[in-house]
Formats: sequence, structure tokens, C-alpha cells
Amino acid sequence: MRYKRLLKDKLASKFMLILTILSSLIVFLIAFGLYQRSRSILATKSLTELLFSTSWHPLKGEFGFFPFIMGTIWVTGVAVVIAIPLCLLTAIYLSEYAHRRIREWTKPLIDLLAGIPSVVYGVWGVLVIVPMIKNHIAPFFGRISTGYSVLAGGVVLAIMIFPIIIHVSVEIFSSVPYEVREASLALGATKWQTVKHVVIRKALPGVIAAIVLGLSRAFGETMAVLMVAGNVAKVPSSVLDPAYPLPALIANNYGEMLSVPLYDSALLLASLVLLMVVLFFNIISRVVLTTVERRVQ
Amino acid sequence: MDRRKIEENIFKSLMIASTLIILSSLMIILITVIVNGLPAMNLAMITQTPKGGYYLGKEGGILNAIVGSLYLAGGATFLAILISLPVVLYLNVYAKKGSRLVIFTRFSFDVLWGVPSIVYGAFGFSIMLFLGVRASLLGGIIAVSLLILPIMSRAMDEVIRMIPEELLDASYALGATRFETALKVVTRQAMPGILTAVLIAFGRGIGDAASVIFTAGFSDYIPYSLLRPVATLPLAIFFQLGTPFPEVQNRAYASAFILTVIILIISIVSRILARRFTKHIVK
Repeated sequence: MRYKRLLKDKLASKFMLILTILSSLIVFLIAFGLYQRSRSILATKSLTELLFSTSWHPLKGEFGFFPFIMGTIWVTGVAVVIAIPLCLLTAIYLSEYAHRRIREWTKPLIDLLAGIPSVVYGVWGVLVIVPMIKNHIAPFFGRISTGYSVLAGGVVLAIMIFPIIIHVSVEIFSSVPYEVREASLALGATKWQTVKHVVIRKALPGVIAAIVLGLSRAFGETMAVLMVAGNVAKVPSSVLDPAYPLPALIANNYGEMLSVPLYDSALLLASLVLLMVVLFFNIISRVVLTTVERRVQ
Repeated sequence: MDRRKIEENIFKSLMIASTLIILSSLMIILITVIVNGLPAMNLAMITQTPKGGYYLGKEGGILNAIVGSLYLAGGATFLAILISLPVVLYLNVYAKKGSRLVIFTRFSFDVLWGVPSIVYGAFGFSIMLFLGVRASLLGGIIAVSLLILPIMSRAMDEVIRMIPEELLDASYALGATRFETALKVVTRQAMPGILTAVLIAFGRGIGDAASVIFTAGFSDYIPYSLLRPVATLPLAIFFQLGTPFPEVQNRAYASAFILTVIILIISIVSRILARRFTKHIVK
């Protein structure tokens, strides 16, 4: 009887260990799987050629990712520019100024924002942002635009990355020890001066990590951007031009990709590129965040 | 002296303004979905599958997508529980605290959490090519379970980590093995938190489109087998919005309304469970 229990314990332990090791290797498995599939296109052209060519003609066997990479960078850039000031001010307000009750009310609302599916953001973008750009913003600058543009994608993405940036930066601001603030206040600094010179300086690496996390979220976001960014395979030259970001390209061509040679391989290479960029950003910001966390403890 | 006060006030009002902007963007999104979706709602939307010519504005509903999404997210959640619960229990009960494996696993879940869903879709697709499976419920379940695995594991890990060490010690002192402690003490103590984690993951699974676009396909019928293609709500919204007909676009808004309501219900239920959990925690 006792042996049976011990045996059960041993077996469970081994089983769980194997499962743990396997699941921590999923990242590598994904990278490897995508690499296997993209090898056939890498055999015909070099990676740099694919990344920097602007010619996208799958039927002729030309797969230049440059317009899509630039599309992604434009859309992500606009999103980050909009999100940074709003999120940081909100995070400072929530962690330094707001009453506890306000904090308790806003947190679930921001969590709710994080839970809204990206298609719903897309629908909202099509209904609200796109017409607004078409009817008001573009004419204001004397331009004609369908509304489906870098700006529309950027605005929708900015809202989608609000929750993560706010969540992580509030945590970072709250982890700054209270004594540091008291020291500054005791010297006669106002609350804002304390925040500006002490809290932000202390929290800076963590805040940057939070922004990078948001940025990498925006980088890989697919559906909402696909619905509002316009999807024209050309390098955009202003925020009112349409863009065709990399994730949208991958999602939009699932239908035809098996009928054109190398097409599927090219799209899976695009996913691999996306994965690598996002992994790079994520690993850096996670390392920064764990170091900050450890320092506080 | 005065300038400092003015600066303080300017920044304070800027902060309040940006908080209000962010909260009102949530309100505007919800209001837009309700205002556009509610008038287009009717009983047929949620009780019928698409009839012939549905995408041209003829009769029918999106029952296929609602049921499909529930099947898909349900299956994926089940699969993700089977993997993440043992892993999280291993990290917190069996493994030595602060060991390399623990740190590495937590880190890799953190990183996985940031991987875009389209990449999971593409990876799922390449597995399916490898196994020779066509776009199907099974393919979708695999891709979505990979997507929600890190979300679920991290959320479970956070609750199980909070269980006091003494509780485990008490169980060991009574002669229980670690396995029995993990199953009968840890899991039970963390149950509401685990359910919350499961619900959060389920919500993400229902709402995600990019991972199923390659893997689950689309179908006007409710699938009767794992190997049949399946419709999902997000893709149904996407396709209906893409048609040039206003009546069908209105149905897209109604479908977005249905999806949002499902997500809101899940979120509220998980919030209630989370509150119950904090009430019972031993401090």
C-alpha cells in the first residue's frame, strides 16, 4: 500500500518533469518548425535579398518583404507615439496620485480593455476611426484618403497596447520604495517634482521594458490592423497612406498560398521573421523586468 | 514657489485627462458595438446556421460560428489545462525553489506569452502540413491551445505561488506524498484562482482570429467530427464585414455584439471568482 503511493508519487513526478521540460521548449519548437518550412524559399534567395526587396509578385516568384516590414514599422511607430504619453501619465496618476478607490475601479476596466478580441477592435476601427480620418482628418490637411491608413492602424493598435503598458508600468512605479519619495518630499519637493526627479528616474529601465513589451504586442497584432490599415503593398510615405503590415500579409493570403509555388514557404518565413523580432524585444524587456524585480526584493 | 505649484497642477490635470481618455476609449468601443450591433440582432442570428445566399443578405444566422467557437475554445482550454496544471504544480510543489529549471520555465512562458497569435497559426499550419491534416477543428484546437497555454500557466502560477508554505508542510507532516499534497491540498486551495485562469484563457481562445485563420478553416455547418473545418465567431465577423452588402455588414456588427457579450460574461464571472479567492486566502 505504502509502496503504491510512493510509486504513484514517483511516476507523477517524472511525468510532470517531462511535461515541464517539453513546454519550456515550445519556443524553440515553433522557431524550428517555421524554419523547416521556410528553408525552400531561403534556398532560392538570400535572407537579405528577401528582406530588402520591394518587389512583391508571388506569381513571378518574387517575394520582397520590404514594403510589409516598413508597413509594420510605420503602424507600430504611430501606435507607440500615441500610447507612450497617455499610458505613462495614466500609470503615474494611478500609482502616485489616485485615491485607492479610483485605482480599484480603473484596474478591472483596463483589464476589460485587454480582454476585448482584436476583431472587435477592428470593427470599431472600421466604424469610427476610418470614417473620421476620411471625413475630417485627411481633408483638414488637404489630402484625400479612404481612411484605411497607417494612422487608423496606429490608433487602433495604440488602444490595444494601453493595458499592457499601463499594467507593467504601474507595477514598476509601485515597486519604487516609499522611503525614496519621503526623502524627496522632506527636502521640500512638490509631489510632481518627486515623481519627475525621483520616481521616474528610479523606474526608468522598467518603464522602457513596459514600452518595449507594448511595442512587440503591436508588432505582431494581426486582425485589427488587417481590417483598418488598407493593405496596399507599397512603402507608405505618410501616416495617411495605406500600409500592409507583415502580420496582415500572412493572414490575408492563407487561401491562395498553396496554389502558388514557394508562396507558403515565403509566408512562413515572414512568420519566422516576425517571431524573431518579437522574441528579441520580449527577451530584452523580460530580462530588464526580472532584474528590476530582484533589485526591489 | 508659484511656478512649482502651476507645474504640479498642469501635470496633474494632464494625468487625469489621459486616464479619462483611456477609460473613455473603452466606453466608446463598447457603445459603438452596442449601438451598431443591437439593432441588427434577431433571434435567427443565434438559432440558425447560414442558409443558401446568407452572405448575399438572405436568411440565416451564425449559430455555426457560435457553436464552432465554443467547441474550439472548449477543446483548446481542455488541452491547455492538461498541460499547464501539471507543469504549474511541478514548478510549485516538486521543483526546488529558485532552481534553474523553474526560472527557465517561467521565463519561457513569459516569452511565449508575447508571441503573436498569427505565429501560432502559422506554426499550427506547418504542423498540419507535416501530419497531413487539413484545416479542421483539431488543427484549430492545437493552435489555440498553444496560444492560451502561456496565458493559463502564468495565471495559475501566480495563484499557486501565493499558497503559504506552511500549508504544504502541514500536509507532509500528516504523511501525505507530494503528489497527494499537490492534488488534494494545493489544487483545492487554489481552485477559484485556477478557474479564473481557465476562464481568462477560454475568453482569449474564443476571441482570437489570427491563430485559427489557417488552422480551423471555415464552414457553414456545425462540425460533427474533429477533422471537419469549423467556423469561428471572429472569422465570421471578419468575413461578413468584408462583403459589399450593408445587410450582411450589419450582421457583422450583430456578431461583434454577440462576441463582446460572451467576453463580458466570462470576464465578470472570472472577476467574481477572483474576489471569492482573495476572501479565503490564508494570510
